Amino acid sequence: MSEVFDAMQFLSYLINGISLGSVYALIALGYTMVYGIAKMLNFAHGDVIMIGSYVVFFAFGSFGLNPIVSVLLSMVVCTLLGVTVERVAYRPLREAPSLAVLITAIGVSYLLQQTAQLMWSSNPKSFTSVVGLRAVSLFDGQLMISGETIVTILSCILIMLALTWFVNHTSAGHAMLAVSEDRGAAQLMGVNVNATISLTFAIGSALAAIAGALLCSSYPTLQPTTGAMPGIKAFVAAVFGGIGSIPGAFVGGILLGIIENLSKAYISTQLSDAIVFLMLIVVLLVKPTGLLGKKVNVKV
Amino acid sequence: MKKFVSIVLATAMAAALAGCGATATPTAATSESGSTASAAAIKIGGIGPITGGAAVYGTAVKNGEELAVKEINALGGTQFELNFEDDEHDAEKSVNAYNTLKDWGMQVLAGPVTTTPTLAVAAEAAVDGIFVMTPSASAQAVIETGDNVFQVCFTDPNQGVASADYIADNALATAVGVIYDASDAYSSGIYEKFKAQADSKGLSIVAAEAFTADNKSDLSTQVTKCKDAGADLIFLPIYYTEASQILKYADSIGYTPAFFGCDGLDGLLAVEGFDTTLAEGVMLLTPFAADAADAKTQAFVKAYEAAYGETPNQFAADAYDVIYAIYEASEAAGVTADMNAADICEALKTQIITMSFDGLTGTNMTWDATGAVSKAPQAVVIKDGAYSAMTASSESAK
Repeated sequence: MSEVFDAMQFLSYLINGISLGSVYALIALGYTMVYGIAKMLNFAHGDVIMIGSYVVFFAFGSFGLNPIVSVLLSMVVCTLLGVTVERVAYRPLREAPSLAVLITAIGVSYLLQQTAQLMWSSNPKSFTSVVGLRAVSLFDGQLMISGETIVTILSCILIMLALTWFVNHTSAGHAMLAVSEDRGAAQLMGVNVNATISLTFAIGSALAAIAGALLCSSYPTLQPTTGAMPGIKAFVAAVFGGIGSIPGAFVGGILLGIIENLSKAYISTQLSDAIVFLMLIVVLLVKPTGLLGKKVNVKV
Repeated sequence: MKKFVSIVLATAMAAALAGCGATATPTAATSESGSTASAAAIKIGGIGPITGGAAVYGTAVKNGEELAVKEINALGGTQFELNFEDDEHDAEKSVNAYNTLKDWGMQVLAGPVTTTPTLAVAAEAAVDGIFVMTPSASAQAVIETGDNVFQVCFTDPNQGVASADYIADNALATAVGVIYDASDAYSSGIYEKFKAQADSKGLSIVAAEAFTADNKSDLSTQVTKCKDAGADLIFLPIYYTEASQILKYADSIGYTPAFFGCDGLDGLLAVEGFDTTLAEGVMLLTPFAADAADAKTQAFVKAYEAAYGETPNQFAADAYDVIYAIYEASEAAGVTADMNAADICEALKTQIITMSFDGLTGTNMTWDATGAVSKAPQAVVIKDGAYSAMTASSESAK
């Protein structure tokens, strides 16, 4: 670390942070959707991401399919997986105490991890980036922004806007809002609650596939446990931004990534997690619903 | 009805998983029975990660031990029976594996493979009085757990000191950056000794960056900090999984320092999908290079390739040496299969400190009473996607 404050250095740490943050944000969008509508914490979300990454790894890396086709294929697989998991493991517990559902979700998370380990072994695989974009060089090469970073940030913003539009302007979206506000009343008004929740899982899991491809493009180590830690961090991001709120997940994710990387850069690489969680505690003390969380109205 | 369907589906999933588990067991059973030639065989337990993030090590150790046991049993003298249990590089699972092996009647333990699980298991073995020889758990604390614990690999202090010496003596760098895992005993142990030795050698460490087990998916900031600090060599006392990520990131930002690592980097070239050209020129301290010209290494590599279809790494060689060291010590001390574990332990630990052993990972290897091994360190450099012994020419080419 140089003693003089170096603006270029600061910018490059900031960009690293935004890059990590937009991955967190993408994952957090899936968490927040499911929480907002089904009122459950889907801890298996991180592992759906891992499965999606493996699908892309084999489709793109091993069979040489087009990267976009590979991601689409992975979205299909993840959607099927998410809907199946919801159908088999969560729907029978719809009326059960939320603790039972939470534990089931943790169980599903382990099931997916161990299955992946049996199928693909635990040996780490090095993921080939699906992003073909070259790194952008600014200020005579003093600042490099990788193609992955640009694509991740752009897709994150696009997905957030699309989701917000979908929820507010389509009938399926209105059904989601209704289920989110009062499941019983929505059912009485003729909303098919099960179908709506299935759709939520389908969308969340499709997002997980995109998140997985982008996560592994930026951080290329792929193992059965790849999704676990980013999944938990993204959950923190969702709480940070206000769980249930779509823009909140985005803001929370980006902030979390920036805080994490700047504290690594300027305070200590060892303490960065402690600082991140300290910030979370402070935010929750001041605003218990998170940064953008409001009592009822913004809940997806 | 819906509930019924989901129960059926859940059961089917469970059955499918159980099926996977069941297919794995028979292979283990056959490999065991393969080495159970005689009824009066000394029962050797092995523990290591066959699955999980460190599986490359455990698998190599298991293969190396199996190969050595097979060869020894074919000699017709002292007979061994090997039973290898998985610990997924997890201390708790390792102790469970240890207890399973004890129930089986283990008399000598050839393992565990990784440091953190070994610390937990060695504490148990010290109480039980079972002779432990680990191929690769290299922390100083491992041999401090008891006088019954021995290592075939270098201790971490030894690796840290040797690395600093090597870099300083060969003038490989003027400014060194270090990236290490602060949550791992192996990695931080090497780093501390490296730093002390580097200071006394006048080697300047310009950046020392850490990550932890919970925070290692993004290592970009650590690399950027080394770059900004002007490091022309990065010392990586870490495992290959993170190292592959660091190499890839450094390449993506156009940062090309020299890289120097310890035995944890062994396995780097085996990462599926990893562009091995990124590892070109990476140096690592390892006592075994598969392309060495001596007859012993060549015979081992040939037999290993024939049996497992891959080139053995240092861990396989360490494991092979463990079994042969136990074999030679057992023969010399007159250990037989009907002795109990505690008597075997006494006999082996008095024997092992008096003998000199020629193995794959060193000649004239000796052990002192603390359990540390003494052998010459050797560095290899990755060249054309393979290890080659570091010679004066490859150093100057760097």
